[in-house]
Amino acid sequence: MSVQVITGNHAAGYALSAAGEANRTSRGTACGIYPITPQTEIVEYVAKFPFSKGRVVPVESEHSAMAVTIGASIAGARAFTASSSNGLAYMTENIMVAGYYRLPIVMVGVNRTLGPPWNIWADQGDTLMLRDFPWLQLYCEDSQEVLDTTLLAFRLAEDHRILLPALTCMDAFIVSHTQTETTMPDQADVDRYLPDLDLPHRMRYDEARTIGGLAWPHEGLSMRLEIDEAMKRVPDVYQECRQRFSEVFGRDPGDVIQTFGTEDATQILIVTGTMATTAREVVRERRAAGEKIGLVKIKMFRPFPEGALREACATAERVAVLDRNYAAGTGGVFWQDTRAAFQGHRDDLLIQNYLTGLCGEDVTPAVIGDILEDLSERDAAGEPVWMGIDTTKETLQ
Amino acid sequence: MNATAPLAHDDKCLLRPGNTNCGGCGMSVGLTMLGRALDKAEDSCSLVIPACCGIVTAGAYPTTSYGVPTIASTFASSPAVASGYASIRDLNNEPGQVICWAGDGGTYDIGLATLSAAAERNENIIYICYDNEIYGNTGGQRSSATPAGARTTTTPTGKVEGKKDIMSIMAAHAIPYAATLSMAHPEDFAEKLATALSMTGMRFLLIHSPCPTGWKSEPEDSIELVRIAVASGLFPVYEVFDGARYRISIKPDGTDPAEYFHRQRRFADDEIDLDETRRVCAERMRRLEVLARSFH
Repeated sequence: MSVQVITGNHAAGYALSAAGEANRTSRGTACGIYPITPQTEIVEYVAKFPFSKGRVVPVESEHSAMAVTIGASIAGARAFTASSSNGLAYMTENIMVAGYYRLPIVMVGVNRTLGPPWNIWADQGDTLMLRDFPWLQLYCEDSQEVLDTTLLAFRLAEDHRILLPALTCMDAFIVSHTQTETTMPDQADVDRYLPDLDLPHRMRYDEARTIGGLAWPHEGLSMRLEIDEAMKRVPDVYQECRQRFSEVFGRDPGDVIQTFGTEDATQILIVTGTMATTAREVVRERRAAGEKIGLVKIKMFRPFPEGALREACATAERVAVLDRNYAAGTGGVFWQDTRAAFQGHRDDLLIQNYLTGLCGEDVTPAVIGDILEDLSERDAAGEPVWMGIDTTKETLQ
Repeated sequence: MNATAPLAHDDKCLLRPGNTNCGGCGMSVGLTMLGRALDKAEDSCSLVIPACCGIVTAGAYPTTSYGVPTIASTFASSPAVASGYASIRDLNNEPGQVICWAGDGGTYDIGLATLSAAAERNENIIYICYDNEIYGNTGGQRSSATPAGARTTTTPTGKVEGKKDIMSIMAAHAIPYAATLSMAHPEDFAEKLATALSMTGMRFLLIHSPCPTGWKSEPEDSIELVRIAVASGLFPVYEVFDGARYRISIKPDGTDPAEYFHRQRRFADDEIDLDETRRVCAERMRRLEVLARSFH
């Protein structure tokens, strides 16, 4: 174990490669890779890694990158890839297939604005567009969390009670290209944490079985129901994977919902990714000044941890959901799911949505201050508020 | 091998009886031939099949008409899925071919970039296109493999453009083996399958595959139609090694192509320019003969 100052991309590349290498005593590892800013360094890291039993296939598109990864996974390999933004959009058909095939593929998604207009900066709209697929989604705040969560994602995805692919997400540049102090696990510990992958439904070369062909409605329905049952098991299995992670690596990879100062908070900020780092400092200052403000960071988005979120906001009277994404015609995606989580449980709770940091805008302490001010002055929740932009200006057209 | 020997109807055969393929379907013949070639070579395979009639052939879950491991891929992805799957086979020293079995839509159109990339990487797979010159599974729309003059649901007055020359495209990748196969010539067909099975790296096989439903032809005419296509030079039967060494397998015998068009109601007799067709066929054969001479 060593401490290094590395980027989020480096952390992701390290975790994916170490996980793949850990399966060398079983069926090995393979992946399809394709570059896109700002995740390119991840696949470059993987391409350079000297796998003992693995093959990295540099393909011609993201669509094929996931297809190669699917083929390897069906053959029982530990398989992974990484992408971002329009690359994820191009890959989407096969992302969906990996989920419905129940393949425990791990993908790192670097959250970048979907174009047009062309924009390489942070926005979570790319991975959130995949929200209705059978994939687990975990959002990270810094390099350490990216590394730990990516390793945990393999164990979680490969658990026989789950068998669903997982997506580890980080904000473009703010995490992907920013170096932070990170504890790097030894391969031997990764080997201990990730046992040989045993995919029960892998295709065997001597077995006459067809997968992915026609299924009548009732069969299809049963398969969907099994996915729902697996999704419902995720919160418990996550805690087991988290516990085992702490035992092996001596570090907590973090809970699905993470709180700061919520024990007595009447007003709570609900955030994801790097917004949490900034918001935590604002909350720390405000609490030192006696304000009853708290912070909730949503780490796991799929499945959405409704119960844990409700529990974290037990004392709140009003919450602000900060969304670095925009679902056209509605508002933020995290806001939608937050509202659904409280519906019928806390109808008294004021839930206000703030769209902030979209298209790579900075979410500064001042922006968070403005949000807290707006939240405290409200009589009721209203339409989502666009931060950092004056929507009354005619020049906006 | 006796190409006409009846198949043993056990569940180990590649295409099991009881599938729902149309009468006169060339794809069924192709699969049967492939199964026999594998048996003769004492080889086995896994199939990767994109969206096409070939995956419908499997029937409904949990039963299957395929007696081998079969993976359905997305329409454009069969060579990429096969690349990942074959990589793990090779890393684990497991036997058996990984064979993509795809229609012309998945080959000439939506999957062309994926196929080109797999060829460029010289993946250790066999890619077989059963070319029925139409999107058969969706009810008969034009593809870039549809020949000029053919009426499809999306070319109701006949296709204006000619057929894409996929063989030249694949040969240009300098893959170890590319060949065209006609089921009117089963010995040559079997020999080419045996050749492909004996090699490693990327192998591409193109089968002219009659489709009575899409061609609006009689099922019993299927083999006769592809025989005329070979004899008249409409479908040249040849093979290319390493993109360089050409060999013409069956020489056209001067048969008039008119009968080929006349027996398919997808063509309107008075709309086919037979003189132009004869000229194009002769020119193509001349070019192939030059290539075959240059490299032998």
